[in-house]
Amino acid sequence: MELLRQRQIINKAALALSMAAMAFGLFWLIWILFTTLELGVAGLSLDLFTKMTPPPNSSEGGLANAIAGSLLLVGLATALGAPIGILAGIYLAEYGQRTWLGRTTRFVNSLLLSAPSIVIGLFVYAIYVAQMGNFSGFSGVIALALIVIPVVLSTTENMLNLVPDSLREAAFALGAPKRIVIMKVALKASMAGVITGILLAVARIAGETAPLLFTALSNQFWSLDLNKPIANLPMTIFKFAMSPFKDWQELAWAGVFLITLGVLGLNIIARILFRAKHKL
Amino acid sequence: MNATNQSLAMNEPTTTLEAQMVFKNLDFYYGKFHALKSINLEIFKRHVTAFIGPSGCGKSTLLRTMNRMYDLYPDQHASGELLLDGQNILDRKVDTNALRAKVGMVFQKPTPFPMSIYENIAFGVRLNERLSMYEMEQRVEWALKKAALWNETKDKLKQSGMSLSGGQQQRLCIARGIAVKPEVLLLDEPTSALDPISTMSIEELISELKTEFTIAIVTHNMQQAARISDYTAYMYLGEMIEFGLTDQVFIKPKKKETEDYITGRFG
Repeated sequence: MELLRQRQIINKAALALSMAAMAFGLFWLIWILFTTLELGVAGLSLDLFTKMTPPPNSSEGGLANAIAGSLLLVGLATALGAPIGILAGIYLAEYGQRTWLGRTTRFVNSLLLSAPSIVIGLFVYAIYVAQMGNFSGFSGVIALALIVIPVVLSTTENMLNLVPDSLREAAFALGAPKRIVIMKVALKASMAGVITGILLAVARIAGETAPLLFTALSNQFWSLDLNKPIANLPMTIFKFAMSPFKDWQELAWAGVFLITLGVLGLNIIARILFRAKHKL
Repeated sequence: MNATNQSLAMNEPTTTLEAQMVFKNLDFYYGKFHALKSINLEIFKRHVTAFIGPSGCGKSTLLRTMNRMYDLYPDQHASGELLLDGQNILDRKVDTNALRAKVGMVFQKPTPFPMSIYENIAFGVRLNERLSMYEMEQRVEWALKKAALWNETKDKLKQSGMSLSGGQQQRLCIARGIAVKPEVLLLDEPTSALDPISTMSIEELISELKTEFTIAIVTHNMQQAARISDYTAYMYLGEMIEFGLTDQVFIKPKKKETEDYITGRFG
């Protein structure tokens, strides 16, 4: 009886502690979301999507060029990085499991996965921007793609590893060659997970500022030329939020709100996709 | 070992039996572990041959040599001869994909592919044949009817194969195997994950299928072996202890080990 009582008390104490930890974490998160919502919604208007970033102290202006630039950069970086990540993930899970090359690739990839994004920005600056002599949208795409690759690679590999070997054997038993077993069965079985990985990678790069600081930089005007600096949301937010001008600060908050909304949406879609897959 | 099998062979009715697969001194290794020891055996055309024996005796391993499934794993290898219609399939030159189209396999756990019921069956056919849409529909229907699954699935061919029940999934896997029109069908404990009713329908199915296919089945269930097979092989520790007509093996086994296992004194 003594022991039971003691166990119950310890149980309650442990539960209380972990609940407190959760409340502490949630508190800040909700505060952040609430502030973003409160200050961001105020700046929301149609102008945000139609007008260019204004000079300081002008009465009107929007984020159209930054939104378009961000969509372009993120879209191209994903289009460039995701296929490389998926193919490399397939190699690691299906071909290079126990090989020296596979182990090395996995190790390097985990390094790349945890590398600070500013390092990647500087790297692209050194090998591309410094050589070409100017900041450019394309260098931003490369920097962001370098962040996409390890995220997509490791999710693809993990998802393929979750596919039971019995499923592969069943396909081999019908006389299917390895490439068909991978493409039509293994990859198909893990498709929801792989897409989830891509969405999470997109969510990750949507808000990255450091890699763009040394590459795409920013642009006050509308430009989709990849050989020139290009406007984007994170850099615009960085610049506007640090400024002393009231209207710039408001636009910065509206931009923060847009990114948060986008990332939140992507995460929710990813979650729904992943759950739908596991229901099957 | 050799002498035993030969003497066994002489006692069998030799009238219309035709050997589909012949094992000649087959040895099998998992790395250094000697899993099958000098197996000699004949699998007869359009008959059911059951493999029984305690866990780890090598019966699944034996089955996996027959479609060279072990080829997928670099540390496994076989030596000796294994003839399919007179050709040694252990030969490096034999194309495993073509072999597996001739020797189909159904596994212990149902393994529907993540695609529709129709696609599950068309998958294997497409690998080996170029059929028109109409011919493919005919083939899918034929396979599903053969596997006694047509009535339950004809209205939902577009649905995911994973939406079926366990027993239906296993019959889908059998349908998928026979849709390719193999000569031999290997069944590796096909009912051990199923309930009694599904098991019964699969056993009935096996009796139907042997009119067209040669069937080799591994089972832990001795009653099942007795019910559905024409020939039974008892294996222990990688050796073929006894092989013969099922009735003879179950009623009057020649070896004491076989008798001990069948009567439940061991295993």
